[in-house]
Amino acid sequence: MMGRIFAAVFRREVRLAWRRRGQLLQPLMFYALVMLLFPLGAGADLALLGQAAPSLLWVAALLAVLLAQGPLFSADLEEGGIELWVTSGVSLGWLALAKLIAHAMIVSLPLILVSPVLAGWLGVHGEALWVLAASMALGMPVLCWVGALGAALTLGLPRGGVLLALIVLPLYIPVLMFGAGAVHAAMEGRPAGGALVLLAGLLCLGASLAPLATAAALRISQE
Amino acid sequence: MFHRYAALSSPRHFYAVAGAWLPWLSVLTVLGFAAGLYWGLVVAPPDYQQGEAYRIIYVHVPSAWLSLMAYTVMAGAGLVALVWHVKLAEIAVYECAVLGAWFTALALATGMLWGKPMWGTWWQWGDARLLSELILLFLYIGVLGLHNAFADSRKGARVASVLALAGIVNIPIIHYSVEWWNTLHQGATVTRFDKPAAHSSMLWPLLFMGGMFILYFSTVLLARIRVRVLEQEADRQWAEAVRNG
Repeated sequence: MMGRIFAAVFRREVRLAWRRRGQLLQPLMFYALVMLLFPLGAGADLALLGQAAPSLLWVAALLAVLLAQGPLFSADLEEGGIELWVTSGVSLGWLALAKLIAHAMIVSLPLILVSPVLAGWLGVHGEALWVLAASMALGMPVLCWVGALGAALTLGLPRGGVLLALIVLPLYIPVLMFGAGAVHAAMEGRPAGGALVLLAGLLCLGASLAPLATAAALRISQE
Repeated sequence: MFHRYAALSSPRHFYAVAGAWLPWLSVLTVLGFAAGLYWGLVVAPPDYQQGEAYRIIYVHVPSAWLSLMAYTVMAGAGLVALVWHVKLAEIAVYECAVLGAWFTALALATGMLWGKPMWGTWWQWGDARLLSELILLFLYIGVLGLHNAFADSRKGARVASVLALAGIVNIPIIHYSVEWWNTLHQGATVTRFDKPAAHSSMLWPLLFMGGMFILYFSTVLLARIRVRVLEQEADRQWAEAVRNG
């Protein structure tokens, strides 16, 4: 029963995302555009860009994820989906988990796939590209989930966008530090495993706590 | 025993009991602060390395302690507010955030004032504690901003409580990530003095000041919650009785 509900929510999210695939591309375009802006601003100094590349890539990807959070629950709220969730009697945390996993996949996968390309653009090469992809695969879902919590907290507020960034960005700091730190380490030939393991730890923590916190926030929004 | 506490959580009783305590607490806080400052600024010996300038720790360190303690109290109140829907706890979440944000700002300001003569710079990106304190300030501002965004202050308080609880999970993670990041990037460039093992003649006044800061925090928190209770219960009979006389 629980498995079927989980699958139904998951399938619905993926199907909706696929039917609105134009929207899916927007964070991706944003990411690519921001990465285009840095070289233009820095004056094509490839040495400087290469050194800053891990932080630039991570910050731009982080902002792209943040942009994708705003509309996460708003359509559900308008159509009454959230209300049905709350009154359905099914564990709200479970429903939130299904939605969050689908959401993390939908938002992060394109960003993870395009990152090595953009990194190559900035002169990152070799093993660091793999470390970048790995760090993003571990870190992006956490960013999505923390962002989803922020979206649930600011649900229904007019002009919630800036507020969302204000409450979510400080919570993004550890992921950014470990993610960019791993890539920096790989570029300088130091072992990056430690930072990746820490990211994996954050992923586990996020997967276990984010659905519960999001469910609590959604329930309050319907009071 | 439990019933006495339960009765205290009713706004009306809280208002009366806190009102009876506040004058005593206020007098104690003022006297304690005067004594602690005299002890720290006059009686305690000067530092062998930093001279008289180190005396700012008697304000700086307690502020930093309180900035974290206020967050913990806020998250605790948030949990109570979410689980038991206690009105007083909802109010406490917001008032803790206001006080905590000020303690954090004070810790940052005094830290920078201290850093200028000691490190030669106002701001040191290499110092993990300074950086975590700044992030803490942003966490507080987030809680306050989220709370204020809701027209219904009870709903705002519960939403802010969820954020406060998410923040308390994150604070240790943020602290250690900043610390490790720091060790990854900083070589021997940090011109920080070795922390001298604090002598008891300096440590005792510091701990005493810490206690006085806690006392100050409790006093102001009670006073602020008391005012807010009266505001929120304005249409109740007991509140009207208080106003009339």
